[in-house]
Amino acid sequence: MCLSIPAKVISLEGNNAIVDAAGNQCEIGIDFVPELKIGDFVMIHSGYAIAIIDEKEAQETLTLLREFAQSQLP
Amino acid sequence: MKYVDEFRDKQIVDTLLAQIRKYSQKNIRLMEVCGGHTMSIHRFGIPSLLPETVTLLSGPGCPVCVTDQSYIDRAVAYSKLQDVVVATFGDLVRVPGSTSTLAKEKARGADVRMVYSPNDVLRMAKQEPHKRFIFLGIGFETTSPAIAASVKRAKAENLTNYFVYSAHKLMPPAMTALITEGIKIDGYICPGHVSVITGSSIYNDFPEKYGVSAVISGFEPVDLLQSILMSVVQLAENMPKVEIQYTRVVQPQGNLEAQAVLKEVFTPRDDLWRGLGILPASGLALSTKYENYDAQKMIEVQVEPLKVQKGCICGEILKGLRTPIECTLFKKVCNPSNPVGACMVSNEGACAAFYKYG
Ligand code: SF4
Repeated sequence: MCLSIPAKVISLEGNNAIVDAAGNQCEIGIDFVPELKIGDFVMIHSGYAIAIIDEKEAQETLTLLREFAQSQLP
Repeated sequence: MKYVDEFRDKQIVDTLLAQIRKYSQKNIRLMEVCGGHTMSIHRFGIPSLLPETVTLLSGPGCPVCVTDQSYIDRAVAYSKLQDVVVATFGDLVRVPGSTSTLAKEKARGADVRMVYSPNDVLRMAKQEPHKRFIFLGIGFETTSPAIAASVKRAKAENLTNYFVYSAHKLMPPAMTALITEGIKIDGYICPGHVSVITGSSIYNDFPEKYGVSAVISGFEPVDLLQSILMSVVQLAENMPKVEIQYTRVVQPQGNLEAQAVLKEVFTPRDDLWRGLGILPASGLALSTKYENYDAQKMIEVQVEPLKVQKGCICGEILKGLRTPIECTLFKKVCNPSNPVGACMVSNEGACAAFYKYG
């Protein structure tokens, strides 16, 4: 119940959106993310999107960690 | 899968582990309080990768597990009423009440339905207007906004046969209770998706008042190890603070829309937790404005007297005082197909995680 996976927004209609989560399509409520756009990735909980995943932040975290990992190589 | 595979990168994992080993000198105990973290930590075998100095504990983070047995009893009683449908997230149907479970009642003919979203229940309530639908609202700040939104939608659509039986809980009171009870915790690995809703300030007391580190973590191995490293460094430097590791999803201020809906539909009340007892202002009841949707107020029912399971130490496990292997029933009597306590029912429960990945 608490482990949500990232899902991609396919279409929007009023308070709802159709998303694709690892190949499964489903309808979710988007009451909490009014700024949602098609193509965004969201975290879903109990049938509602609770957050839009921030692509820039994700890349920053990874770049930082990758660079750090490289710098530690012998 | 995007946002998953990258956060399982082996090279990054190895580097993080090396750093944890490098910085970790004193013994520390880190507790996670999220069923999703419990699952990930055991699934990826993280405890066995860490140096001996770092102990990971599971706290009261599994929604099904912290739900008190008396709640199950009342839900069972509801399911026996005429023209009542009890709708719930799957796990809850197998949690033992005093003498029955929702699954047993279903087998005896009760109308118990498993759903993924409260919106499914709204749809059913519209299609079957002669029945009363009771949704079992359990879970933390992650789940309660969805239930709150469904109640608002029901009101907007003038639905009169949709009710919520709320046992929604708030995370910080339980985290505080563990510390004031004297359980030794040096740092909290804070729940990522609770924090998506609440923001990071709900954890400020932990470093400020109790000297406990608080790192908000994601759910992949890289996330968890980075969070552990952040905690280790904070504690090594004696500088506990609130930090967000899960920056791709969590904003410091949280989700303001969800907070507003929660505040409108629910109101805090003292609530009963399995293992922890009654904690002040730790649960959510429907607010007066929405009391027509409150199953507890609107639907009367006779509930059987409470009979507590003997031998199950689920309550102590939820406090991080004991581990599942210390339970004499573990594996011998209690297993996922025949669960004695709630911690074995849910995938997010510590006993189920130890059983599966032990
Ligand atoms: S193993 Fe079963 S009986 Fe023992 S504490 Fe866990 S849930 Fe309870």
